[in-house]
Amino acid sequence: MQDFGDAIGLALNLVLSGDADLFEIVLLSLRVSLTATAIACVLGLPLGAVLAVSRFRGRQAALVLVNALMGLPPVVVGLIVYLHLSRAGPLGFLGLLYTPTAMIIAQSILITPIVAALSRQVIEDLHGEYSEQFRSLALSRRQVVQALIWDARYSLVTVALAGFGRAVAEVGAVMIVGGNIDHLTRVMTTAIALETSKGDLPLALALGLVLMVLALGINAAAQSVRLTAARFAYA
Amino acid sequence: MPDTLLPVMPPADPPAPARSALMPLRVRDLTLQMRGQPLLDIPALDLDCAGTTVIMGANGAGKSLLLRLLHGLIAPSSGTIAWGGAAMSPAIARRQALVFQKPVLLRRSVAANLDFVLRARRAGTAEARDALLARVGLTHKASQPARLLSGGEQQRLALARALATRPDILFLDEPTASLDPAAVQSFEGIVSDIADEGTSVIFVTHDVGQARRMAREVVFLHQGRITEHSAAPRFFAAPQSRAARAYLAGQLPL
Ligand SMILES: Nc1ncnc2c1ncn2[C@@H]1O[C@H](COP(=O)(O)OP(=O)(O)OP(=O)(O)O)[C@@H](O)[C@H]1O
Ligand SMILES: [Mg+2]
Repeated sequence: MQDFGDAIGLALNLVLSGDADLFEIVLLSLRVSLTATAIACVLGLPLGAVLAVSRFRGRQAALVLVNALMGLPPVVVGLIVYLHLSRAGPLGFLGLLYTPTAMIIAQSILITPIVAALSRQVIEDLHGEYSEQFRSLALSRRQVVQALIWDARYSLVTVALAGFGRAVAEVGAVMIVGGNIDHLTRVMTTAIALETSKGDLPLALALGLVLMVLALGINAAAQSVRLTAARFAYA
Repeated sequence: MPDTLLPVMPPADPPAPARSALMPLRVRDLTLQMRGQPLLDIPALDLDCAGTTVIMGANGAGKSLLLRLLHGLIAPSSGTIAWGGAAMSPAIARRQALVFQKPVLLRRSVAANLDFVLRARRAGTAEARDALLARVGLTHKASQPARLLSGGEQQRLALARALATRPDILFLDEPTASLDPAAVQSFEGIVSDIADEGTSVIFVTHDVGQARRMAREVVFLHQGRITEHSAAPRFFAAPQSRAARAYLAGQLPL
């Protein structure tokens, strides 16, 4: 095993020289997690909005369930998706196991409850403020939900960022359903796990560095969204 | 004699402008309780008045609650409300608009706040929106975030939004509380105009001068009960209930 200092130097070198393998891994990570985030938003935002504005029997139980699903362990999600996609599973004929698509499915399942639960909270708060005005305007349920999603847009962007942050940093689910296959399903987190165990610290450190910068970037983006919203009194 | 036993005066009948399609209003045996507190008790209220009816009464008398009941935002604990002979319903509420005491504006531009309502009512044209903005004097603020408007400007936008629904009945809850004198004057002009166009306006205000200028009839509320309902000239010349006399004299109505 190399000396730790050498490893950091080599890692920086990999990043700064634009190493092809490194960037292939980073790009796949981004593609998988951004797609999963988009899917989670398409499913989770309307679900959160409907949970926020409707009153039905069992609503409290539904809220508890969605909040509990926020804490799903990634390896459990990976295992469940694996069981469905494996050759013997109900969806085995699709041949998706060990493909980026399988990883997108697993991450979507992992973060849809996060997007749904957080957006439910955001939209319910806003609805508390708007509901009497909306009832006075005799809006339909659909108009109410659309208006709330649009008016919560800044907060919902930060919700999406939180979902993306969780997706891009998780390792258990993509490891199980992606298999960490070189040039095919290797993403940052699985590569870090593998390279570390193999003793190839420079690549692991370089990927770790990219991941940290990404996390910083996500938080900076969330912060600037919040500041923009506050500037227009839209927060 | 306690105020609540005073006869409720039928209003005198000066010549009226066009009458709203939702009139008359008939309220019978209306009560409202919340958290076990009796808040309103109105055995009977009849309004068949074109133009402007003003509701007056001290803080906490129940004026805002009465508007909410008449607009169907809250349900009475008992009793009935009927507009134009039909029991209160969502279809009736749709033909009414309420400008709240505290305006609730969307997190959008001034123009987008109006567009939203116009589109929801399928009346959405840029010309309609610009006409409304001009009417309340907010043309130059059209692209500003609505929630950065001053308090008075927000109230004017809330009025424009209510007008965008072309209501038969317009409820206004202290809409000029934060307007400057010029804006009050233009506001009263707008309200007179739409009253002349056949919208009945039911208006809560603490501004006695304004009530004198605007009201054809006055309903006076005291501790959740109507102690007086009469034509405006009579109300201001000779208020019948002790609570109303005290209110007009600027005393605490005990
Ligand atoms: N949701 C509620 N639960 C319990 N009490 C309420 C509720 N809403 C209003 N009240 C009470 O009902 C009374 C009348 O309230 P309302 O808002 O109608 O007064 P108001 O006549 O509009 O007064 P103001 O001139 O201050 O606007 C108040 O004492 C208030 O505390
Ligand atoms: Mg009030």
